[in-house]
Amino acid sequence: MIAGFLLHLCLLLLFAPLLQGVITKTKALFAGRIGAPLLQPYYDLRRLWGKGFVLSRTTTWVFLAGPAVALSVPVLASLLLPFGGLPAPISFEGDLILFVYLFGLGRFFTALAALDTGSSFEGMGAAREVTFSCLAEPTILFSLIVLARISGGLSLNSLFGSHLAEAWGTGAAAPLGLILVCLFVVLLVENSRIPFDDPNTHLELTMIHEVMVLDHSGPALGMILYGASLKLMVLGALLVRLAFPWQTGHVLGDALLFLCGLLVLAVLIGVVESTMARLRLVRIPQILIGTVLISIFALVLVLRTT
Amino acid sequence: MHSLSNFCLLLVVLLNFFTLGSARLGACIRAVAIQGGLLALLPILSHGITGHTLLLSGGALLLKGIFIPWLLLRAIREVRIRREVEPLIGYVPTLLLGALITAGTFIFADFLPLLPQHHDGLFIPTALATFFSGFLLLMTRRKAITQVLGYLMLENGIFIFGILLSDAMPLMVEAGVLLDLLVGVFVMGIVMNQINREFSTINTERLSALKE
Repeated sequence: MIAGFLLHLCLLLLFAPLLQGVITKTKALFAGRIGAPLLQPYYDLRRLWGKGFVLSRTTTWVFLAGPAVALSVPVLASLLLPFGGLPAPISFEGDLILFVYLFGLGRFFTALAALDTGSSFEGMGAAREVTFSCLAEPTILFSLIVLARISGGLSLNSLFGSHLAEAWGTGAAAPLGLILVCLFVVLLVENSRIPFDDPNTHLELTMIHEVMVLDHSGPALGMILYGASLKLMVLGALLVRLAFPWQTGHVLGDALLFLCGLLVLAVLIGVVESTMARLRLVRIPQILIGTVLISIFALVLVLRTT
Repeated sequence: MHSLSNFCLLLVVLLNFFTLGSARLGACIRAVAIQGGLLALLPILSHGITGHTLLLSGGALLLKGIFIPWLLLRAIREVRIRREVEPLIGYVPTLLLGALITAGTFIFADFLPLLPQHHDGLFIPTALATFFSGFLLLMTRRKAITQVLGYLMLENGIFIFGILLSDAMPLMVEAGVLLDLLVGVFVMGIVMNQINREFSTINTERLSALKE
């Protein structure tokens, strides 16, 4: 129990920034550049941690609560989620709702911290972020309901249990494929990746997520960046488990398989980012509503076949 | 075989959604062309390879997958339109309506008194969903070319229905339907060019305002 707990946290805390590094490297290779070293996100975090930070006089404690919550929410959420074949350390009936709304809590505090600065740009960014994630939320909930229906359980442990490997071979393969696509879109939206938002842009008018953290600096910014990479890994873990449902039966083998899956996912995100252009802002809600409809369609299919 | 044909039908439904939600005419035409190509696979997948199914598949692929889309693509190049400007009902509402109707057909298909071997497959609900998506496209779009697409989609729905009966359905009936469609597309193409030349727009609601 304790060993599983520690292994879970070690995997998450150590390897999360690596995924960002892999994504940047893939994008650099696509552009014909050598790119930053794979471990650059770790160096960035260390550099940010060593810096001092500036606090505006108009801000209150909410401004500092934002980064703290942004960092702790993915850690808590990861404890509810099985990493590949490794079962989740904490599991109870209905924890999937807690899982979804933990991220809601994180978003709420990030938006509040942005509003707390009183900057109009940050307010705009917060409004956009909240709009898009409120459209992405039904998709992830419907996808989890589909999984719950297939597995017959209500905890994330049973949702992502060993039955998934067999389910891909039966009539449930079609809805599983559909929600895999839906969850990938949610992953891109929630982590502000390219077709929806550009993590590297610094033009305030088009920024969504990035603009909300403009006033954070030093360790606070480091916490936000680290939290963002943890979030990418936790949401990626959903997809990896869904796409690679095999398990080796051995703890280390499972952990290795999980990490390989995550690396493949990171490369895939890099490829998507290099080959697609950013969508116009008005198109994003259309796409998100489309994915909600596809996930509902997957639910209809599951209800019909089982 | 069964799961492969279900996969094709699923893609057909997704293409329905795409066509309902997309504003670009070129993308819509290509989506319907892919749909036609997928439908051409279905007779072989569900009835095995015989002379009859090969003929059906080949005909469907040539007409639905290649020839009619090619004609339509040529037509939009000639009248120089790229996108549907303002549909009667917006894209997101049409998409929502389409999804509602699709969910409805999936529920409705369970209540139909079908043969037992047709009960589990996706054929009936997909056919109905494609049929109604075509209707929706016909009703909500203003451009003549999107209406032709709706008509094409409607015919795709009928084709899926026909596949279930393709043992009983004589080839002549199929051919007749396809021929009607082809003539329809031709007429539409010619009419569209004429309208465009006369009025410099191909919005169909202007047609009803024609006066001496």
